[in-house]
Amino acid sequence: MSRSFDATKVLDDVSFDVAPGRITGFVGANGSGKTTTMRIILGVLAAHGGTVRWRDAPVTQPVRQRFGYMPEERGLYPKMKVAEQVTYLGRLHGLDPATAKRNTTALLERLELTARADDPVEKLSLGNQQRVQICAALVHDPELLILDEPFSGLDPLAIDTVLGVLRERAAGGVPVLFSSHQLELVERLCDDLVIISGGAIAATGDREALRARHGTPRFELVVDGDAGWVRDQPGVKVVELDGARVVFDVESGPDAQPVLREAVNRGTVHTFGKVVPSLAEIFREVI
Amino acid sequence: MSGTSFWSATRLVAQREINAQIRGKSFWISFGVFVVALFAASILPGVFGGDDAHTVATVGPEAAQAVAATDLQARPVESLDEANALVRDGEVEAAVVADRSSPTGLRVVANSQVPLEVTAALVETPEVELLDPDAVNDGVVYLVSFAFALVFFMFAMSGMGIAQSVVTEKQTRIVEILAATVPVRALLTGKIAAFSLLTFGQVGVLALLTPIALRAGDQGVVLSLIAPGLGWFVPFFILGYVLLAAMWSVAGALVSRMEDLGSSSSLVTMLVILPYFGVTFFQNNDLVLTVLSYVPFSAAVAMPVRMFRGEPALWEPFLSLGLLAAALVACVLVASRLYTGSLLQTGARVRLGRAWAGAETP
Repeated sequence: MSRSFDATKVLDDVSFDVAPGRITGFVGANGSGKTTTMRIILGVLAAHGGTVRWRDAPVTQPVRQRFGYMPEERGLYPKMKVAEQVTYLGRLHGLDPATAKRNTTALLERLELTARADDPVEKLSLGNQQRVQICAALVHDPELLILDEPFSGLDPLAIDTVLGVLRERAAGGVPVLFSSHQLELVERLCDDLVIISGGAIAATGDREALRARHGTPRFELVVDGDAGWVRDQPGVKVVELDGARVVFDVESGPDAQPVLREAVNRGTVHTFGKVVPSLAEIFREVI
Repeated sequence: MSGTSFWSATRLVAQREINAQIRGKSFWISFGVFVVALFAASILPGVFGGDDAHTVATVGPEAAQAVAATDLQARPVESLDEANALVRDGEVEAAVVADRSSPTGLRVVANSQVPLEVTAALVETPEVELLDPDAVNDGVVYLVSFAFALVFFMFAMSGMGIAQSVVTEKQTRIVEILAATVPVRALLTGKIAAFSLLTFGQVGVLALLTPIALRAGDQGVVLSLIAPGLGWFVPFFILGYVLLAAMWSVAGALVSRMEDLGSSSSLVTMLVILPYFGVTFFQNNDLVLTVLSYVPFSAAVAMPVRMFRGEPALWEPFLSLGLLAAALVACVLVASRLYTGSLLQTGARVRLGRAWAGAETP
């Protein structure tokens, strides 16, 4: 899909897939086009080029009604009661009254909100309002989940609860697409990654495959005494040196065994291992 | 899971809106004000104007006889001095004294001002014959026009609630979830339907209470006077209200914050206020009233008033109603496009041109 605002092109041939049962992390800098992409998927914005397809057919209003969406700009009726509101949204999504009520009760229980079911939303703390927002996105058992920054504003315990809920949904076969700027969270949660930069896709694919593809082989070594000698080893580029600890890239091939042998010859080795590039590093590299 | 059709989405939106409104205090407060005003208007004139039987002191049998022939209360006293004292104390409105030198044979003594009610009562009015009597007298015409105009004005202004409800959804951003779930037009239709039903319900209850109020105020006669105009007021009121409701909803959709609502709704406010003043001020100007009875925004008040006076030909209200209906359809179509185009635009007030061009949500 492509999209412009006035003369500025904000999305340029953005294309990616989400797969059933997998959690896809959608990562990009501020203003890179994440929210615009999600809004187009949900039909809140129109694309200026391209189409959104679901199960090999273009997405229409009745199809979209079966999607679950949590917008970045959170919004609920402040004066409406929690349970009533979630039930109402379920009915808007096409649930019959009994199912809407049953799903609401189950979700409030799962997100530990049962005690607040009859309170107006405005009486809840921001974190709890956020949980209600998640209930609102899930109440109709959506076929596809799209969550824009679902973790911002949540405390660590709430994050775990929400993570659990999302994993359950994915395990049930629902594709989950979520954006986040908290890269460690994305790293913990997602199976696939879509990295967007300046309105264009920078990288996409399985998280492990991306890791393998990006970042040179990197090792960490901790010894007794000073590790400065590693600098003089052939084919080694030191990335970080801090007394006894050194992080280095091996330029020719993944073999760091000569360095380890040298270290053992020189004395005690406390740590030796491969450093897996973090998402943040991949992210910095591809954008 | 079956999808929500346009109409079932509309119904859900309307139901929620009605629930939210009737649970709010402001709905019941404004309705209470209407009911109190209705009863006050029916009963209070009787209470304050009720002891109109002015008491006058009379001196002498001629005076007593003259007063007895009127509605005035006579209080016979012995002497002129005694009568003067009562007048000074304010015990009586005036004193009526026999006076041979006066052409009427009577003299009226009052304290500081000429007692018009007393003198008028004592004057003998010649018999009047009207060659072409008006169907309804001017005082009643004024009263009824004013009542119609006021009722329409009050309810049309309460349409501001629609604009507020739209802004609330924009301000809280729930509109994004709603727009992703149901067609935006269903949101608009549901809202207009909800407020229209609430308003018609209130007007219906007020209409049922009117005979009770009038009877309580002993003014049952007014009811039989209003009834013929009322029949025409209903269809005009319904179409006129929905027309304005569509405009109020656009006024709400153009802004993202309650504070900005005043500026975006100023046009609608004008369209509500101007016909109100037009009809109240120009009710004796046939030309202006005729024009107003065809302009969709004032037709709701002007045409029933003309019908009440029995002026127009039978086809006129139908033509006016037809124009109103056409304006309503056009307005709803334009409103639906503007609403769609501006609903998801946040930040500053959306300009009309941009709202028109921005109608892009499927």
